[in-house]
This record gives sequence, C-alpha cells and structure tokens, in this order.
Amino acid sequence: MADKQTTVSAMADEITSGMTLGIGGWGSRRKPMALVRELLHRDVTDLTLVSYGGPDVGLLVDAGKVAKVICGFVTLDSIALDPLWRAARQAGTVELTEVDEGLFYLGLQAAAWRVPFLPARSGLGSAVQSETPAFKTVANPYVDGPFADPEDAGAELFAMPALRLDVAAIHVNVADTAGSAMVLGPDAHFDDLFLGAATRRFVTAEQVVPAGTLADHGPLERAMIHRLLTDKVAETPGGAHFTANPPDAQRDEAFQKHYAASAKDSETWAAFKERFLAGDEAAYQSAVETWRSEQ
Amino acid sequence: MSDVTRADICTIACAEAWRGDGEVMASPFGSVPALGARLAKSTFAPDLVLTDGEAALVHGIPTLATKPAELVRESYVPYKTIFAIVWSGRRHIMMMASQVDQFGNQNIAAIGDHARPKAQLVGVRGAPGNSVNHATSYWVPDHNPRSFVASVDVVCGVGNDRAAAAGPGASRFHDLRRVVSNLGVFDFATPDGSMRIASVHPGVSLDEVAAATSFALADIDTDVPVTREPTDTEAGLLNLLDPKGLREREVSA
Repeated sequence: MADKQTTVSAMADEITSGMTLGIGGWGSRRKPMALVRELLHRDVTDLTLVSYGGPDVGLLVDAGKVAKVICGFVTLDSIALDPLWRAARQAGTVELTEVDEGLFYLGLQAAAWRVPFLPARSGLGSAVQSETPAFKTVANPYVDGPFADPEDAGAELFAMPALRLDVAAIHVNVADTAGSAMVLGPDAHFDDLFLGAATRRFVTAEQVVPAGTLADHGPLERAMIHRLLTDKVAETPGGAHFTANPPDAQRDEAFQKHYAASAKDSETWAAFKERFLAGDEAAYQSAVETWRSEQ
Repeated sequence: MSDVTRADICTIACAEAWRGDGEVMASPFGSVPALGARLAKSTFAPDLVLTDGEAALVHGIPTLATKPAELVRESYVPYKTIFAIVWSGRRHIMMMASQVDQFGNQNIAAIGDHARPKAQLVGVRGAPGNSVNHATSYWVPDHNPRSFVASVDVVCGVGNDRAAAAGPGASRFHDLRRVVSNLGVFDFATPDGSMRIASVHPGVSLDEVAAATSFALADIDTDVPVTREPTDTEAGLLNLLDPKGLREREVSA
C-alpha cells in the first residue's frame, strides 16, 4: 500500500500558473488555509479558482494569483462578504463566472462522473445564463414515448458543464497514510466531489494516522473520503485557521473580524500581511498565538 | 393594540407567507422572516420544518435567542440534502432583495455592471435555483426607489416575465408568492404577472408607497386593504420568540 504522506509545501510545488484549482469547504468553513497561505508565497499566477468561496478566494485574489473565479458567493459566513473579494470585484481585477450554488454542485458531480454536463432547471432565466453566454441549454429529449412527461415536453434545461479541475485540495480532521480521510464536523460539504472532479487530489489534515486506523478516531461513516479519491495527504495542525473546523477548532471569530477589519484599508492590510502572512505556516500560527494573548 | 410596531406588522405579513404550505422547509433570511416563520409554525402552520442553519432539521420551535447548543436536532441534512430538498420543491424560502422589480426579479449579487460592479453584494447564491424550483417570497426592510426598481441590475431570483420566457423548464415549478416590505405586502395576482399591492401597513399612505416604488404598482388605485395586526396571542408569541427585539433593529419605519 502506497504511503501518500507529503508536505503542504510539496503540494504547492505542483500548483502551477494557469491551472484550475478546486478548493473544498464552504464559505468560512473547513478551508485548506495552510495550503492557501503557502500559495501566497509562490510566483504562481493566472489560476482559475473553483470554490464555495471564503477567505481562500479573498486572499489568493488579493495576492494577484488569480485570473478567474467560478463561484456563487465569497463569504465569511458571520460576515456577509469577504472584503478583499469586494475590493477586487469593484476594481475589476478578477473575472467572475457566477453560478448558482446548486449548479456548482452539479458541475463538480458531472466532472466526477465523467459526463459533459448535468441538466437542471436552476440557472434558467437568471444572470447565470445571461452573464455567461458560454453556458448552454439542452432540449428535453423525452417528448413522446413511455418516459415522456407532458408537462416538460417542450422544456429546455440548463446544461451545467462539468467543472474539471487540475488540482483539488480539501482539509479534514483526520487522514490516514494511505489517503483515506474523515470529516468529524457537521458537514463534509462537497469535498468528495472536488476530489472526484480533479486530476491531482490533495488532502491536508489536522492529524495523519497509520493506514487502517481511522475508525479509532470517529464513526466510520465520517470517513467518506476513501483512498480512491486521493493522491497525497499532509499533516498541518490548525491548517484550516481561521475558518471553522470542529471538533478541532471553531471558527476564530475574533481573528476573522481582525482580518476583515484590516482588509478594508490598505495601510492596516499591509500591517496585517507583514505580521501574519510574511513567514511560513509555523510563523503564522505563532503570530496568531501572540495576537490572541494580547486580546 | 396601540403598542404594535411596524416591525410587528411586518413579521405578521411574513408569517402569512407560509400559511397553507403544510409540511415544507421554511427558509427565512433576516430576523423578521425568521421570526415570522417561527410565529407561523407556532400557530397556523404547525407542520413547517426549520433548519439549524448548519446541517440539521430542528425539533420544536427555537426562539431567535436560542443558542445553537440548545437546539434539538431531529434529522441530518447536510448541504447535499438541502439541494435535494430544493429540487424536490418541498421548500418555501423568503430571501432578502437588494433590488426587486415589477415582475419579481430579485438582485442580491451586485449593483451596476456585473463585470465591474459599483457595489459587490453577496452573489447570486442559490437564488436562481430556488426561484425556479419552489415557492419563493422576498423581504425588503427598506422600501425605496432604489430597492423597488424598474429593472434589476443582476437577475438572481427569477421573476414571472423571465420564467415564462424561458419556457416550462423554468416556469413549471416557478412559484413567486409575495414581497413584504416595511411599507406593505405585494403579490403577483395580475393577468401579466406584474406586482400588485395586496395590503398597505397601518399608518402608511398609498402615496408614500407609490413614491417609494420606481414602477407603477397594479391595484394601487383601488380600495387597498390594510395589513392585519397581530392578535393578542400572536403579540405574546412575538415577544416570547424574539425576547431581544431583533425585529425592531431590522425595520426602518
């Protein structure tokens, strides 16, 4: 059995300019932030991000790493809008392909199932369609015969294209060395589909344990990331900070507030970056610890 | 009933949106709709289903002050299941609208040009899918000519005109119910599916509503009913379910 352990830094080495990167989690929940922070130091550019967006999107866009974002929102949950995202959008520095949250799910599912699209009612008549003419519709082929539903006979449906990813990264509570992983928080969101949609598949974890021992750490039903979905795992405690990753950590609301307040002004944002984001992950965690002790 | 506030009236108007819905998921956005859904469930719509906002359906009726740790969860509903419910149609959402237009198109994504907005808002979120899959209502706490607009800048929730134009794929389950604002209640019971004034809140004049609306409201020249006030029982429940008075902070009177 292969040992899939590696480091966050080695994962970042594989993410190169122009790639499409899928980032798991949802809003400010269970984001692979250690990997995001590592990417801030790299000279990678022109990424396309596919994300249920949170501070991952705000930070990477602000750092000039991103050409385009595919999403339906970029939120901090307890704060409606990531301020770095707001600023980038209003400055026109990033391209946005805006999709409905449910269409996003179907796009990942289509890629994971290797079909070109999945049909939906969602999107029809909305700006999702009018702002992105590349999105197509498909005619319901069941106009007669035993499977026809007369009410939908003339229906055109939204054809959500497969969101194929070059790389996907998720963060979990526990992974094992063989690449199985367990989410102990309330929702695994769409992380299995991000991995399923990607060519190269990374899992960062609070803790990496010996292969075959995940059931010692929680209910087996929570180990829904099986090893056929993964290529590499890396241990990075606190790697989702400041986003929510229970039971290891609740969202650090105080620090998130500090992030959001700092990001509203170029001077305070420069100071925030200097204090927290200039060094490596260990430096970040230590700077957060010091900041917390001052509060 | 002299101590009834505008926020109380708005809450009753929101609660009424769910009357007769039966066993569906009620998804309210904003304090007033959240309170309205709880009031409806406490009284005339007992089968409504509420979520904990995370990954569960809740048992009983929490107040707006109930802490997450105190909720009784009755079943597991992660986001994948939420979409299954959205697409099944067993849901009635009340979203907020930064802009809403004459045919009930809603905008929460951006003000101005989508490519480079003057003001970035929360994004389309689930509005495109919600509005063509299940019952949808809106709550606008600040009714003015910039929120009730002739045409929205970005169509998130789909209105009657655009749903019809997109054909049965969009229109079959499109079910736009009502818009509640701080000035009145509006629905779409008109031959062309355009917005109509259904009732005006006590103390609000029709001139005031017309001046705050950037398009002509149907039926505004008729004998418009006044939005009902809470009953004594409901007034008691409002205070019980919203002990901190969050509703008052959301409504501009």
